[in-house]
Amino acid sequence: MNRAVSRPQPRVSVGGPWNKVTGAFGAIARTTSGPVYLVLLVVFIICFAVVTIDGGEFLSVDNVRDMLVRSVALGIVAAGQTLVILGASLDLSVAYVISLSSLLGAETMDGQNGQIITGIGLVLLVGLGIGLVNGIVITKLRVNAFIATLGVGLIIRGYLEANYAGPAGKSAPDFLKLGFESWGPIPLSVILLFAVVGAVWALLRWSRFGNRLYAVGGDEQVAKLSGVRTHRVIITAHVLCALAAAITGLFLASRLGAGSPLVGQEASYDLQSIAAVVLGGTYLLGGRGGVLGTLAGVLILAMLDNTFDQLEVDPFAKDVARGLIIIAAVAAYSVRWRRRRRSEQAAAEGVEPPAGGTPALQEGRTT
Amino acid sequence: MSAESETSEKAPSGAAGGPPLLEMRGISKEFYGVRVLDKVDLDCKAGEVHAIVGENGAGKSTLMKILVGAYTPTEGEVRIEGEPVSFSHPLEGQHAGVSIIYQEFNLLPDRSVAENIFLGREPKRGLLVDRRQMEERSAEILEQLAPDDPISPRAQVGLLSVDRQQTVEIAKALSLDSKIVVMDEPTAALAAHEVERLFEQIERLKERGIGVVYISHRLKEIFEIAERVTVLKDGERVDTKRPSEVTSPDLVRMMVGRELDQYFPQRADAGSRGPVKLRLRGAANYLLSNIDLDVHGGEILGLAGLQGSGRTELARAIFGADPFDTGKLELDGKEREIRSPREAVAAGIGFVTEDRKSEGLALMQSVRDNVALAWRGLRRSLRKQHELEIGELTKAVELRARGLGQEVRFLSGGNQQKVVLAKWLATEPQLVIFDEPTRGIDVGAKAGIHDLIRGLADEGVAVIMISSELPEVIGMSDRIIVMRHGSIAGELAAGPTEAEIMFLATGERDIDVDQPAATAAGGERQQQEEEEEGS
Repeated sequence: MNRAVSRPQPRVSVGGPWNKVTGAFGAIARTTSGPVYLVLLVVFIICFAVVTIDGGEFLSVDNVRDMLVRSVALGIVAAGQTLVILGASLDLSVAYVISLSSLLGAETMDGQNGQIITGIGLVLLVGLGIGLVNGIVITKLRVNAFIATLGVGLIIRGYLEANYAGPAGKSAPDFLKLGFESWGPIPLSVILLFAVVGAVWALLRWSRFGNRLYAVGGDEQVAKLSGVRTHRVIITAHVLCALAAAITGLFLASRLGAGSPLVGQEASYDLQSIAAVVLGGTYLLGGRGGVLGTLAGVLILAMLDNTFDQLEVDPFAKDVARGLIIIAAVAAYSVRWRRRRRSEQAAAEGVEPPAGGTPALQEGRTT
Repeated sequence: MSAESETSEKAPSGAAGGPPLLEMRGISKEFYGVRVLDKVDLDCKAGEVHAIVGENGAGKSTLMKILVGAYTPTEGEVRIEGEPVSFSHPLEGQHAGVSIIYQEFNLLPDRSVAENIFLGREPKRGLLVDRRQMEERSAEILEQLAPDDPISPRAQVGLLSVDRQQTVEIAKALSLDSKIVVMDEPTAALAAHEVERLFEQIERLKERGIGVVYISHRLKEIFEIAERVTVLKDGERVDTKRPSEVTSPDLVRMMVGRELDQYFPQRADAGSRGPVKLRLRGAANYLLSNIDLDVHGGEILGLAGLQGSGRTELARAIFGADPFDTGKLELDGKEREIRSPREAVAAGIGFVTEDRKSEGLALMQSVRDNVALAWRGLRRSLRKQHELEIGELTKAVELRARGLGQEVRFLSGGNQQKVVLAKWLATEPQLVIFDEPTRGIDVGAKAGIHDLIRGLADEGVAVIMISSELPEVIGMSDRIIVMRHGSIAGELAAGPTEAEIMFLATGERDIDVDQPAATAAGGERQQQEEEEEGS
């Protein structure tokens, strides 16, 4: 990685326009995921307006609940994906891990309530194992994350295709409650989503692992020289990501009542989760971003889906719109970032030309 | 390990008796059989600032990397407080109390000050990171370092000014309980008043009994803060002196001690200068301001200045990589606008970049493909007769390769540079810009590159040459433009002294140094990368 070399990036404390905004709004806007909420707001207003004009109901309790429940699966995988991407890695095996987990869970339970704990335990254990393999292949064998996780994903897919022709197993009756019952007005599955996102958020903010993950993703060399065991951090991130995928598989087994060898691939949770993370303002090359942005990204996608469903638009158009919005949002973040850097650079140059020293303005030519 | 106990602990008494804080004895280091350090001795007492000076490539950085544990010495011994130590990783050095502050900071620009200081050692309460403690302890250290205007532990590091980022680095070293702090060119990027603040901080380190090993090109600073100074030259220790025993010309003599301009090709005759090829008037972009420049065919225009003065930025602007926003650019008397490198190439401009590995060559591809690269970009085809031309071009630059099919990554630095040059010759350029053309190239091959550059000018091509090595700029150039802060500070005729260039480059009157405060780190960094690739 060349980034380690182009490090100094000295900047003067005169920042972009956001720095002048004070108060809570300014604080949010200055964070890297700040603009995501702006996008979320804009998409919300547009969706709300379009659906309402069309005569539909966007903000009814049922509709909001429906949108949230539909966000659960993607939200949980994407929360895990956020961790690996923050560490400048990637996980393409999640879709297959989800399929495998749904089957493993449903088959172990086999319709018996007594088997729920065993099923969940087994699935989490397998998820942990897959995450370990991903992490170890990436760090110790030095295989690029893209290839490593693609390879692991293909291996799982081969196993699934050889052994399953279609849905199999049966989720325990009590386990179905996770997918369908509510606690008060809030579906249990949505509570699960918020619990996972909350846990990831806390991990990033309050744990040593979280601090180090940002460091490893931001500049592995700096992290290493500060005594961070970088391999351990990356492996942990991959284990957590695979666990998130395993939880998603369990949730889907609960929704479907059975396991399916295709449930992960059909919704292409691998690419969708990466899209949600990036749409959420996390930098694909690591070190910058957070899980709350990812949650916003997932909600944006869910609102779009819901709007298109209510308008009964051709599903292909839906994909086109998704693609456009992802590209537009990320382009906007990137332009904004470059502007900010430029203005800081210019400021660094214009401010008090020092005698005998030089403001290092090498920055513009890196990356 | 609270900060209060540290301050009271070691008074400067460490200077008396007992083993010195740091002792390095007979340190040698070889890379692939090349000896870059030869039996160097160095010691540093508690509460002392020991300066190390030397030219680019004298071995200062290698010695420091051995001290901190980034390299292991081929021979020799390092002792700290009398105990022999052997580090295989900078972390082991850190644990033993040795910290280094590189010219290029080891900081994460997106994270807060406290997060940076305690990275890898975050204080914990139960399972969680104790942010409050982390911030309080950071604040304590930061306040000691800059009592008047302490840095907030919550500030984002990337938004701090350079000297404040450096303070964060120093705070990090203090939080590690370091006994020895190495500073590599700490003032290179600082303004004058910032340098004062740094010196105050160094004084505080001394009061705490910390030994400071201080590398600098600026001799003036050494007389100001160092207790002793060691001069290195070509990997050997010339001498260690007290600043009171020597003058700066003495030091310069010890550092340089060799005849210059012996290996530079003959300059052009005054009469052979051709018409103006490139003319800039009031050209500017967000990094450059008000550039007026004429470059004639047949001349080599040297572009000097400190790192960050805008030399490379100017080259990139001319080449269309970061185009000018305003001003006028004429080529052969015709006004042109160059908005992209492609237009520059089409207009007959070649650019031999500073970093040939990432910007100049496709390392995995053959000599043939690399030579044809710029030209294919324009003409899109490579026919049989072109193959012949490529053969001739590589002959013209005296390339030594196993054949046109050899992958360029297997060539030496000098031969790689020749491939880059052949690539531009293929486009029949009118103007070629060389950015640090001999960086990372060994001495023998340098002369070959210099001859080629001069040969190009002799054929009537206009040449702009950027170099941080003053002997090279002086030896090669027919005229020298010195840059400072993104604009032109002045022009010098052929053969100025190093002091004249440095005066323009720094804007300082009292130049003590005959050395570029420029890019020691750059060159050595590249060397280091090459070594890392090899391992």
